[in-house]
Amino acid sequence: MKYTTETIPSALKPGDYFMMGDEASAEGAVAAGCRFFAGYPITPTSELMVHIVKRFEEVGGKFIQMEDEIGSVGAMVGASWAGGKVMTATSGPGLSLMMENIGYAAMTETPMVIVDIQRAGPSTGQATRPGSGDILQVKYGSHGDYEIIALSPWSVQEMYDLTIEAFNLAEAYRAPVFLLADEGVGHLRENFTVKGEVEVYHRPKAKGLPPFDTGDEDMIPPMPAFGEGEKLLITGSTHDEWGYRKTQVSAVHDRLVKRLVNKIRVNAGKIHRWEAHFIEDIEYLVVAYGISARAALKTVMDLRKEGIKIGLWRPITIWPFPEEALKEAAEGVKAVIVPEMNHGQLVREVERHLSVPVHPIAQVDGEIMRPETIDIRYLILDI
Amino acid sequence: MNHPLEKYLRMEVFPSPFCSGCGHGILLSAVLRAIDGLGYSMDDMLFVSGIGCAAWIPSPHFAADTLHTTHGRAVAFATGAKLQNPNLKVMVISGDGDIAAIGGNHLIHAARRNIDLTVICANNSVYGMTGGQLAPTTPLECFTSTSPSGNTEPPFDLCKLVEGAGAGYVARFTVAHIHMLIKSIKAALEYEGFSFIEAVSPCPTQFGRMNAVPSPVDLINMLKKDFVSMAKYNKMPLEERGSLKPIGEFVKPDVRKSKAG
Ligand code: SF4
Repeated sequence: MKYTTETIPSALKPGDYFMMGDEASAEGAVAAGCRFFAGYPITPTSELMVHIVKRFEEVGGKFIQMEDEIGSVGAMVGASWAGGKVMTATSGPGLSLMMENIGYAAMTETPMVIVDIQRAGPSTGQATRPGSGDILQVKYGSHGDYEIIALSPWSVQEMYDLTIEAFNLAEAYRAPVFLLADEGVGHLRENFTVKGEVEVYHRPKAKGLPPFDTGDEDMIPPMPAFGEGEKLLITGSTHDEWGYRKTQVSAVHDRLVKRLVNKIRVNAGKIHRWEAHFIEDIEYLVVAYGISARAALKTVMDLRKEGIKIGLWRPITIWPFPEEALKEAAEGVKAVIVPEMNHGQLVREVERHLSVPVHPIAQVDGEIMRPETIDIRYLILDI
Repeated sequence: MNHPLEKYLRMEVFPSPFCSGCGHGILLSAVLRAIDGLGYSMDDMLFVSGIGCAAWIPSPHFAADTLHTTHGRAVAFATGAKLQNPNLKVMVISGDGDIAAIGGNHLIHAARRNIDLTVICANNSVYGMTGGQLAPTTPLECFTSTSPSGNTEPPFDLCKLVEGAGAGYVARFTVAHIHMLIKSIKAALEYEGFSFIEAVSPCPTQFGRMNAVPSPVDLINMLKKDFVSMAKYNKMPLEERGSLKPIGEFVKPDVRKSKAG
């Protein structure tokens, strides 16, 4: 079923604001209609929680600081089914704890937004330093097969805009949606613009229809709330369209898992967003995201001044990966370069879809990606 | 003639999956009798449970909103639902392994917050569904599949734990003391704050068989013998208490704050 849309006035007065990325994301949540936040303190994300508490006191939201991140996502599932637009924010170590109930949210098709301000891992790693080590974890971190959506902002403006978009996608597809930022963008302070109005989506609703499979082509069933008399049966075990546990029926499991995966894959074309810089008539393409894409843009512009035909392609939707757009951008290039603040994660996805040489550049020293790191002159001279 | 509790049940899912002689069927009926006695509508109720045999008491049997969650997390899920919609009457029903082992952290923090939830912990001293393993509630020296030479770890006193964490209503009864149990469930539901009931419910299949008491009737008789009223227990000299355990309402709300009062 299709979600409904509504255009509402922005929570903030329209205009320019100077804030940190974490705070702008909290503002995006408030603008999108989020009024429930369950969280646990963690660096480099706590500023988001602190900011949303302050804003909820002004606009009337429900906030709870849970005993751990497992509890945060548990409380979000309960609140989402009680009708709320719900959010949490964390970083790698918290995300690892959340994975159990994120899998539950995927299985029960519970809309929620999880902001992950990535820091340098593994384990406690470097709490205050940036990383991009959770790219694969957000997609594969919980057991079993499912699909999620993940968006990657590269500016404070996008911390605001993409948080709104994350809520809309969560409502539209009844799935967990990640704002997959990094410490660089989370702690960045710069201007962003708030428009007068925001378009918000609301989850599909209908009385008396099965909440876990209507047989519709778009594969998104309606989602009633607790207390509406629908006698909801919600379970993370294999269930039929009404929620009855069918843990011994292969056909039910097969249909459920395929729908959880396909409802995102089939609609991927509508979800995908990306941005291309200087990609006409190029020989080399840099694929970068998050704060690294800002360094990559600098490198690309410098190299172009030297006459090297190089461009930048930036996926904004990380999952589902916009492979068709990438193929188009990389058409006819000699090589693709993928700088990441991890030991090579999204590069696997890039390699999977292209037949030209793909070169990973891994910077795992806990520093912001440097334009010099992406110096690819050696590569070009080799070829 | 239909059974008077049928209107609270999804009759199409019966027979229940519980083993014959399991205490959970008695607990299921006690919860529904309490709700019936209070005149609550099932449309206002939300039942949340975790993983294990006891978690199946509400899900799918109860004809109400039910949320069957991950293992140990029921109280956290319930906290979010109650906070988002305070009009819901939220009850958690789950087992001792679920609530007191893997979910212990959520339990003590919900009690500390004194959030308006009713938690019924069906305590059978063992992990039933997974094959009779040791639980944090297994009495000393008892046999389980992971303590074949007898348990050497002292068990939790769940009521003291939750009382210490700040719950406003704390009680222990057994399924062999059905009228007291029903009365206690009513009091817990009426209390506007965190209420906790340890409902001792025997598991003949796993615990009974491994501890030479396979008969459900013998297990019920044991409950009647081993659990004594709080008043009687408190008057007993220490040496007479032995392995006896008290039942009763250990923490009762301040009458002025409680709707029940
Ligand atoms: S295993 Fe034990 S607790 Fe589970 S249904 Fe059977 S008797 Fe009841």
